[in-house]
Amino acid sequence: MSIMSVPKAPRIWQLAERRYRLIGTQCLKCGRVFIGPRKICPQCGSRELRDIELPKRGKIYSYTVVRNPPVEREKQGPYIIAIVELENGCKLTTEIVDCSPEEIDIGTVVEAVFRKIGEEDKTGVIYYGCKFRPVK
Amino acid sequence: MNFGERIPAIYGWGSYIPIYRIKLDDIAKAWGEDPVVVKKGLEVEEISVRGPDEDQVTIAINAAWNALKRAPEVNPKDIGAIYVGSESKPYAVKPTATIVAAAIGASVTIRAADYEFACKAGTEALISVIAQVASGMIKYGLAIGADTSQSWPGDVLEYTASAGGSAFIIGPKSTSSVAYFEAQYSVATDTPDFWRRDEIKYPRHMGRFTGEPAYFKHITLAAKELMEREGFKPSDFDYFIPHQPNGTFPIRVALKLGFKIEQVKPGLLSPLVGNFYSGSSLTGLSRVLDIAKPGQRILLVSYGSGAGADAFSIVTQEAIEEKKRLAPTVDYYVNRKKYIDYATYLRFSNKIYGL
Repeated sequence: MSIMSVPKAPRIWQLAERRYRLIGTQCLKCGRVFIGPRKICPQCGSRELRDIELPKRGKIYSYTVVRNPPVEREKQGPYIIAIVELENGCKLTTEIVDCSPEEIDIGTVVEAVFRKIGEEDKTGVIYYGCKFRPVK
Repeated sequence: MNFGERIPAIYGWGSYIPIYRIKLDDIAKAWGEDPVVVKKGLEVEEISVRGPDEDQVTIAINAAWNALKRAPEVNPKDIGAIYVGSESKPYAVKPTATIVAAAIGASVTIRAADYEFACKAGTEALISVIAQVASGMIKYGLAIGADTSQSWPGDVLEYTASAGGSAFIIGPKSTSSVAYFEAQYSVATDTPDFWRRDEIKYPRHMGRFTGEPAYFKHITLAAKELMEREGFKPSDFDYFIPHQPNGTFPIRVALKLGFKIEQVKPGLLSPLVGNFYSGSSLTGLSRVLDIAKPGQRILLVSYGSGAGADAFSIVTQEAIEEKKRLAPTVDYYVNRKKYIDYATYLRFSNKIYGL
């Protein structure tokens, strides 16, 4: 699951708590943990899964700098999009905030922070969720 | 005041201040003012500024997460009420408190609402929570004061209006609580010193009228009411934390009431980061809890334009020492900063029309 995508209100509302608190899914049979909601474990095929809160710390696995933002983020660039490897090994795509690209590198330790993800428009629903910032 | 058998107490406290700062020199330069005169009058050096993806909701939730870190014995599912005070809600209609509830994993069987009373909305939220804890309506509650303070571009308020907030987990006094409330008194009058009309983006104020007949009168009345009714004198308190619209008013009101500067300075944040409006005095309290020793007494007096003041007498307990290290301190956030220029400040604060 990329937390950068900006879907419409019903979908974002269904996923809101997962985005707010970084809720993932764990297979009760093989123990594998997934970032998003799952009904069937892709590893072992089990249908016995439970929701778990994911670690709010990790390190930058890889990153890129967006210098030509999409329309909904026009005039907000440049910004950093990274794959963060959480402390339990799960990887997720997220934005790195509170720093410039020169201040981070692969391996930089980061922690979750609650931020605005986007909004439908100036009269619409505001989307929130976790982004990450370097730990200093 | 007797709270009865269930004495309300703080279990966890936490704050959040955005990383961005603008120096008053840069604001003064943009408007052709003399920065030396401006800074001398306000005793403020720089103010915190929200990032482009921050608002009152994100500040409230980051503060609440920090408060929960300091209350590991409190299961969010046991929190029975969440109240948030603010004057900069991103939604005119839709509570911030429900977003906070979801973000901390609270139960759906909960009372949640937003409070408004200018800069004392946060302490109004706190009063509601401590009253419900004292009455037995709830086991634990969460009170938050947070703002991305609003100001007209070029107005004197722009030199102090900043962003930040604090959150407090409240429950019945026990060996796990860090400080308990021993008294609370409030005053309120119809005083039009500062207001924002419906559908208007920025507040207006009465200039110097916000001083003597507003801030000083109400804080003095509330503080004296508490001290006279409870038999306290200024020397009975280790810390005095008044609302902090700038760096000069808190010192003046403290001296007027008979406090010493040393009692005010530990909780005085406005010279370093500006005025968080509803989060102002509560973040002063948070900073004092970061350094207080067990058995110390704190007098917290908020002020809200319109106008009123809430006074609280708070006594710290043994558990405060072990909980300090469980979350970032206020000074961690004060010292973690990145300077921006006035143009960037306008963009981040959504002050450029049409963006």
